[in-house]
Amino acid sequence: MAKSALLKSSIAKKVAMALSGLFLMLFLAQHFFINMTSVFSADTFNSISHFMGNNPLVQFVIQPILIVGVIFHFIMGFVLEYKNNSARPISYAKNNGAANSSWASRNMIISGSVVLAFLLVHFYDFWVPEMVYKYVDVSPLNETRYFHELAEKFESPIRTGLYSLSFLLLSLHLWHGFSSSFQSVGFNNKYSKSLKGFGYGFAIVIPFGFIFIALFHHFNH
Amino acid sequence: MAPCQSTFDFRLYDFQTKNMKLTLKIWRQKNAAAEGKIVEYPIDGIEPDMSFLEMLDILNDELIVKGEDTVAFDHDCREGICGMCSLYINGEAHGPDRLVTTCQLHMRKFKDGDTIFIEPFRAKAFPVIKDLVVDRGAFDRIQQSGGFVSVNTSGNTIDANTIPIPKHDADRAFDAATCIGCGACVASCKNSSAMLFVSAKVSQFALLPQGKVEAADRVMNMVAQMDAEGFGNCTNTGACEVECPKGISLENIARMNREYLSASLKG
Ligand code: HEM
Ligand code: SF4
Ligand code: FES
Repeated sequence: MAKSALLKSSIAKKVAMALSGLFLMLFLAQHFFINMTSVFSADTFNSISHFMGNNPLVQFVIQPILIVGVIFHFIMGFVLEYKNNSARPISYAKNNGAANSSWASRNMIISGSVVLAFLLVHFYDFWVPEMVYKYVDVSPLNETRYFHELAEKFESPIRTGLYSLSFLLLSLHLWHGFSSSFQSVGFNNKYSKSLKGFGYGFAIVIPFGFIFIALFHHFNH
Repeated sequence: MAPCQSTFDFRLYDFQTKNMKLTLKIWRQKNAAAEGKIVEYPIDGIEPDMSFLEMLDILNDELIVKGEDTVAFDHDCREGICGMCSLYINGEAHGPDRLVTTCQLHMRKFKDGDTIFIEPFRAKAFPVIKDLVVDRGAFDRIQQSGGFVSVNTSGNTIDANTIPIPKHDADRAFDAATCIGCGACVASCKNSSAMLFVSAKVSQFALLPQGKVEAADRVMNMVAQMDAEGFGNCTNTGACEVECPKGISLENIARMNREYLSASLKG
């Protein structure tokens, strides 16, 4: 089959969406464990952050893949949303979506858009200063600055509140997205039920863990 | 005095003997090109044991007496096997009951005084022909693009029953084959996706030895036709599975995705 036809196919898009989602969830888990160390030990957090920030593999291979992955995921999200909406030009006068599906599954574009807004702020907050520090100003290496930078960001109650709100929506996104991504890549068998349970756990533990970390620093510093 | 106790829970049974008075809000549209709108029809004397379509028959009888245009709706077997009846009733395909078609839906599922919205199945790929009747020809074209097995009928055809098939596979193929092509999955899906229907049709062959021969072409062609007809994509909300009158499982969609991926990787 011609490659162009494959790229145009609905299933190929869906699988690509799922693979990027799965990749983002892996990244999220990894990010969570690193942030969690900040609760227990400023030193551990500093040294891991320093490693991640200065390891060439992380900086020049994994980081670009991640950025491309995020951009791909949300652009594809909007493309699919547009296509799916145009598949029903006249909507129902009465529709009872709650009778057959979860809110989270029907509103991935809403939860996703809030997460996108968060990501933009997050990039502006952490990533841009980090890049400026390292590659524009070429400031001296400082292996202990990370913890303070983190704690500082959570001083403002408004910022901490908005941060928590976005993770609430990320939780909803993953509540559906986790198991959905396995179904999309064709994984549906006797393990799917347990996997779904694990997905619900993931969708709660990781986002609420991030919220916990934010509140911890907000109230402790 | 000991209260009279009964272990019989009356709430579990639809004992309704009283005739019902209802308000119907029905989509009326003269033809494919005309603009449609919801029109309200009060109706009285509906018995709980009537089927939903019988209730519409009564409405149409009344409209004929009044000299008005009857409400067009699809139906044929009226016993849940042909897939012709449709209707989006109070926000759900085939109404609020589970695992039934509209012809199998009974008025006892509603209460006296209820307002019932009755709309056509909505999708760009299912254009309205008149009132509640939609053109589901897109499904036929998808079937024609690959929903078959090519069998040599030159006179030495092998009886299908001589080919041993694991019971597990035969059962799953049969489950998939119970899809009646009604389109409730499309109507229920927020994206108007036809994935449940197409996956049932792909699966019923892919699981059997006779179907394996053309499996790759079948899935590629049927998915290409599905996309060309303008159905939406799948978000795995699962609405289709809940509303499907035949209980077709989402497992079929996963199987179709696997079939599609392996077929496209083979090139
Ligand atoms: C850390 C961030 C994110 C993670 C971990 C994530 C994860 C996922 C996962 C696992 C899925 C399920 C894929 C599937 O159903 O096959 C998904 C779907 C989706 N995501 Fe995200 N996502 C993230 C950010 C975003 C953003 C920023 C958007 C922006 C719009 C977005 C929009 C969507 C949409 C619309 C879907 C549903 C696509 C469909 O119709 O099937 N996501 N996401
Ligand atoms: S999968 Fe179910 S809802 Fe869809 S066409 Fe077949 S029988 Fe109807
Ligand atoms: S009229 Fe045949 S299934 Fe309802």
